[in-house]
Amino acid sequence: MAVIAPVRKPRPTTAARRRLRNNVVAYSFIAPNFIGFAVFTLGPILFAFALAFMDWDGSNEMTFAGLRNFWRLFSDDVFQTALWNTLVYTAVTVPLTLVCSLLLAVLLNQKVFGRNFFRTVMFFPYVASLVAVAVVWNMIFNPAMGPFNMLLVAFGLDPAHLPGWSADKNWAMVTVILFSVWKNMGYYMVIYLAGLQGVNPELYEAAGIDGANAWDKFRHVTIPQLSATTFFVSIMLTIQCFKVFDQIYMLTQGGPGTSTLVLVYHIYNEAFISWDLGYASMVALVLFLLVLIVTVIQFRGQRDA
Amino acid sequence: MKIRGRKVKVSRIVVYAILIATAVTMLVPFVWMLSASLKLSKDVFSFPVEWFPAQPVWHNYVDIWTKVPLALFIWNTSKLTIIVTVLQLLTSSFAAYAFAKLDFKYKNALFLGYIATIAMPWQVYMVPQFILMREFHLNNTHLALICLQAFTAFGVFLMRQFYQSIPDELCEAARIDGMNEYQIWWKIMLPLSKPALSTLTIFTFVTTWNDFLGPMIYLTKTELKTIQIGLRMFIAQYSAEYGLIMAASVVTLIPVLIVFLALQRFFVEGIASSGLKG
Repeated sequence: MAVIAPVRKPRPTTAARRRLRNNVVAYSFIAPNFIGFAVFTLGPILFAFALAFMDWDGSNEMTFAGLRNFWRLFSDDVFQTALWNTLVYTAVTVPLTLVCSLLLAVLLNQKVFGRNFFRTVMFFPYVASLVAVAVVWNMIFNPAMGPFNMLLVAFGLDPAHLPGWSADKNWAMVTVILFSVWKNMGYYMVIYLAGLQGVNPELYEAAGIDGANAWDKFRHVTIPQLSATTFFVSIMLTIQCFKVFDQIYMLTQGGPGTSTLVLVYHIYNEAFISWDLGYASMVALVLFLLVLIVTVIQFRGQRDA
Repeated sequence: MKIRGRKVKVSRIVVYAILIATAVTMLVPFVWMLSASLKLSKDVFSFPVEWFPAQPVWHNYVDIWTKVPLALFIWNTSKLTIIVTVLQLLTSSFAAYAFAKLDFKYKNALFLGYIATIAMPWQVYMVPQFILMREFHLNNTHLALICLQAFTAFGVFLMRQFYQSIPDELCEAARIDGMNEYQIWWKIMLPLSKPALSTLTIFTFVTTWNDFLGPMIYLTKTELKTIQIGLRMFIAQYSAEYGLIMAASVVTLIPVLIVFLALQRFFVEGIASSGLKG
């Protein structure tokens, strides 16, 4: 007894000490990233929600604005245009990119000659610097002397009725959308390729035995098997579209007029041009709600599917 | 059989036609950029396009360095990109190891903090973040951009997904062998996670190198500017010097091209194994 007792007593302390040590070790792993993340991401996010209900120009005293910024959304024509443009841009870009990237991934998942070359080429626009490709894009689609319109003339189009691309308010959104699809589809193709690697080849064999042709296989094997990937891609794409800014800044500066003005452009202008930080945060809150709604809807759809 | 054989061939031709057409669409802007960078500005828009200039104007590639401080911009961007990428790789894989392989208090709550913000666009909180940086007197410093980009939820998530696919028994065996957790991370996990690390490197490198809005908001002094802002400045100042603009654009693409080609063989594997496909 006398031997056992001293051994038994310290046991919980050792266990507690070990647990403490484990926690300390684990936190030492997390701390370098988490501290930076908490200070520069979590903090500002919480601050953003509060700021939406404040009036502040960034230098004078901050005052509580209640719902004033919120009501202002309804009388702000520029905001409404920006919201509409963002929704149009998203509604066209998401399905177009999705279909193109899925098609490419399916084609490049087969044994084709030069497969790696094709994959690399398709992906390259995604990594290429936006400023550089946007300036080339605007030169190629220059309405008056760009090679694309020259080609259209060579094919017999009336030089007086050529598309004005980014300089024409009816074509600017089309230009921006085409550019986005061109630039980003390689990235989503890679994600689809990764998804295709998880599809069991036996499913295709079984479908082949049942007499399915290539289209049947695509329709009844590939698409259902990729539903998780499609879910992921559509969410990522939608979020990417909602927050579009850089390419519009470089291709059209939101113009001509307000034809390509989008939400983030409005946030940028209100915050860093007008220094109306409260209202800019309110518009940012709308952007956040849009992302949240889409994520929830798609998550529900995914669960029911 | 013959008809069947021919049918297969027709479908093959269609496949190659689509692939080649798409590849051309992807590459033409770059080829045009390269070709225009070797022309006099007045010849850039001559039509039909002269893809291989008869007298290449190599001088464009000399002139760009003297028009704006391009070398300084490249130096600034390289510095930023390398620091951000290294910090991102180290801190994310470090934190991801704890989330994937260790048990500790508030693990789920902390991880939820990361997950909840992964879909949050930076643009939602860029304004308060700017104010915070200003409070820290970090605006017009490179440190602001480093802090902004080095600690992302995305990096932790990607690495953690990958580490979860590595069997726990491997860590257990190492512990029995007397390794501590830091040694396991350094000697076992890191060498095994090359695909995930390459994927994260490409993403971080490309995002930081190509970032535009961040440097535009934070850096107003010319001597601090990055290559994207610098190229934009170049375009604004010499808007009619098409040949020079194209030469400068080619120069900004080269580093990304090198990193991308060096790491791309890991890329599909990295995305597949890291659960990024959803």
